[in-house]
Amino acid sequence: MNAMIGQPVRRREDVRFITGRGRYTDDISLAGQGYAAFARSPYARARIVSIDTTGAKTTPGVVGVFTGADLTAAGIGALPCGWLVKSTDGSDMKVAPRPPLAATQVNFVGEPYAIVVGETLAAARAGVDALEADFEELEASANLASAMEGVQIHDGIERNLSFHWALGDAAAVDAAFARAKHLTTLTFANNRLIPNAIEPRACVAAYDAASDEITLYTTSQNPHLERLILAAFVGLAPEHKLRVVSPDVGGGFGSKIFVYPEETAAAWAARALNRPVKWTAERSESFLSDAHGRDHLTTAELALDDAGTFLGLRVRTRANLGAYLSTFGSSVPTYLYGTLLAGQYCTPAIHVEVDGVYTNTAPVDAYRGAGRPEATYVIERIVETAARELGVDPAELRRRNFIQPDQFPYETPVALVYDTGDYQQSLERAQKLADVAGFPARRAAAAAKGLRRGLGYSCYIEACGLAPSQLAISLGAGVGLYESGEIRVNPTGSVTVFTGSHSHGQGHETTFAQVVAGKFGIPIEQVEVVHGDTGRVEFGLGTYGSRSLAVGGSALVKSADKIIEKGRRISGHLMETAPDQVDFEDGVYKARGTNRRMTFGEVALAAYVPANFPEGLEPGLSEKTFYDPKNFTYPAGAHIAEVEVDPETGVVKVVAFTAVDDFGTVINPMIVEGQVHGGVAQGIGQALLELGAYDESGQLVTGSFMDYAMPRADDLPSFSVDTTVTPCTHNPLGAKGCGEAGAIGAPAAVMNAVTDALGVKDVAMPASPERVWRALRGA
Amino acid sequence: MKVSITVNGAPREAEVAPNTLLVELLRGSFGLTGTHVGCDTSQCGACTVRLDGKAVKSCTVLAAQAEGCEVTTIEGLGAPGALHPLQAAFQETHALQCGFCTPGMIMGALDLIESGERLDEASVRAGLDGNYCRCTGYHNIVRAVLLAAGANA
Repeated sequence: MNAMIGQPVRRREDVRFITGRGRYTDDISLAGQGYAAFARSPYARARIVSIDTTGAKTTPGVVGVFTGADLTAAGIGALPCGWLVKSTDGSDMKVAPRPPLAATQVNFVGEPYAIVVGETLAAARAGVDALEADFEELEASANLASAMEGVQIHDGIERNLSFHWALGDAAAVDAAFARAKHLTTLTFANNRLIPNAIEPRACVAAYDAASDEITLYTTSQNPHLERLILAAFVGLAPEHKLRVVSPDVGGGFGSKIFVYPEETAAAWAARALNRPVKWTAERSESFLSDAHGRDHLTTAELALDDAGTFLGLRVRTRANLGAYLSTFGSSVPTYLYGTLLAGQYCTPAIHVEVDGVYTNTAPVDAYRGAGRPEATYVIERIVETAARELGVDPAELRRRNFIQPDQFPYETPVALVYDTGDYQQSLERAQKLADVAGFPARRAAAAAKGLRRGLGYSCYIEACGLAPSQLAISLGAGVGLYESGEIRVNPTGSVTVFTGSHSHGQGHETTFAQVVAGKFGIPIEQVEVVHGDTGRVEFGLGTYGSRSLAVGGSALVKSADKIIEKGRRISGHLMETAPDQVDFEDGVYKARGTNRRMTFGEVALAAYVPANFPEGLEPGLSEKTFYDPKNFTYPAGAHIAEVEVDPETGVVKVVAFTAVDDFGTVINPMIVEGQVHGGVAQGIGQALLELGAYDESGQLVTGSFMDYAMPRADDLPSFSVDTTVTPCTHNPLGAKGCGEAGAIGAPAAVMNAVTDALGVKDVAMPASPERVWRALRGA
Repeated sequence: MKVSITVNGAPREAEVAPNTLLVELLRGSFGLTGTHVGCDTSQCGACTVRLDGKAVKSCTVLAAQAEGCEVTTIEGLGAPGALHPLQAAFQETHALQCGFCTPGMIMGALDLIESGERLDEASVRAGLDGNYCRCTGYHNIVRAVLLAAGANA
């Protein structure tokens, strides 16, 4: 038993954050550092005719000016996409090379084409202003809907199509549709989102000429992957001459997974100038150049029989990739999307086709949920719509089609094997918590005030902890998907934990310490968690896809078990008892049937002062594990939104939001609830407020917080949150992952509630007052 | 130009350019990096500090405007082991995740608590309107402010 599992331990990292002692990248200043500013394209698409750097170079305080041509000449390669997707005809996806600084053509507004380093930030910015770049503006394809028929953006990539990908059995779906008694069809957009972590991206790079090493401090969710890509593909420096440190990071939500042009160019410039270089994005740069999320156009058709049983699902999606393939941009609308289209249901036949399309917009990549919110939106909107068309209670229609608890492990028609779950239980709990039975009375009360009240469900599933590595690599992943976890027990019995996961708000310093302290039966204060530094942690694949506890935490459990076993041998030897006769409980080794005892701390000291030691056993007490899961984990749950619409103004207010999630075993329920709150807020933001919009010429028209509506405190209600538990069957913690559930489940629940309130089939996200007002008037 | 400001109770002086922002002075010259910059345009509130006892967004105040004033930053509010009740409430209710918006959120919420008005969920939500948080969904921040205000959270 691990006594710390399930405890709402207050976070240990909080004290530094609430007293202003956090250490974020921009808080780091190095002696003699210069400041970088980037020249960015004002055009969505243009040929770079010439760049005259004379004025910039002679600007007072400017110490370095480098263009894309300079980086190319120095052998700096393109930023790669790490997942190779194949089209249905067997061909590889078509990749447009993305140099860190554009050298010959710019392809989206905000794309950097030069870096200027100054003694001060003001000098660097003045240098950017003094650059004379001559562009020949070209026609752009900035609109996803017309991009395949629009002007060709990249040489050799016809119709701007990177890949046409498909999954599932088309013939089986056709057969299902032929015998269907009812068809429900929906066509909609999954709106483009801009992640907007409150900490902008930043970096500080330093070069040490004596060791020929670059140290790069940067806002990364996965510093080892950043180092690997910069070394192996970009050619910035050999891997052993490059240290990437990701200190406190102020939120990521996916947008800080990727390798970006700015830190690449800044690190290169630091070596070229032999002085540290610092760059911090302004918010407008974040809007323009962080990878955006979502942005799909989809038509979905659901075939049902007389009894409301799902027979088949057909999905056609056009996914916006932006101007270039970002680090994992190809995997999001394919393997992280199509594979989830079974949802919680026994739909026997599913077929999905996806066109991955280039446009002259910022690259699109993983944003909280990454493909799974888009899949959930498709399923849960069309299921709710089908229920309304058939006159069946939406919860009842879901129940009829749920995968039942005795059907696990359940193989879906879209290539996943769900290990466990109990969807009915989550839905029932959510209905009780949301007082669905009382909804008609609340609706009537709202109507008496002239308001329209609606209720909507979303029963989502997600796949977390992408795995196993062999499978992922066979499907095109460029890296493995294991995680490392090392535990060093110090001679005094304190413990240092090294994890390849990275925390940027998730609270690993607490949760992982709970796991390890509980395993060893020692106070949590004796456990230190180290992460985010390639110079201290051996290797790691970082934090995304709600993988940290299920994969990184499991690696630590395995390492802890190895340590406990070694301690059994050491203590058995000292207590003159066979190791298999030694029990380890609550931090004490006990020789069975005797009163001989050794504490964990005494065994640690004995391991490092091996005066009397088992023969053949190495001294020391340190173990590591690379844990490669056997399967994904499958968190699932039921979300219920209740909204009130003012028909006079079109304003939608979320009056209640209930989330009942099955995350498997929960280590720290306080942290888990917080993750759900944050995800739900982002999901409500997508449904009602947020839209990353470009005009026809490719200018971003939502490039500031004035134009891009992110939820504020008075846009949201308090949330009602609970969990059910079916432990994951294939990792030692039984944990599934909780980071993205809210953002995955919430949009469909809210939009089902909005359409219920309005009595219309569909409203586009975000359901702004104007759109709602028009929907009510059929305008 | 020279500015003289009392920062967290101690007199400080610095030589600054006339267009230097208060947040640049605090973070740069004084090394008080607990105050963060999230947007440069007064939208996000991460840079909120107290100027003569009232919350201001320090990205929109010139250092020169603070001449002769008292500035309190998150570092001046409470320290580990001697937390201000609002800081303690943030930890107790899990009102922060990545921590980046937190100093500004706390400095802004202080105004609400010290306003003397009766606070409830709606007034706290309205009062926090100038501060973005992308992690918490505000749920626990509202609880923290009510807890520190002595209201039922």
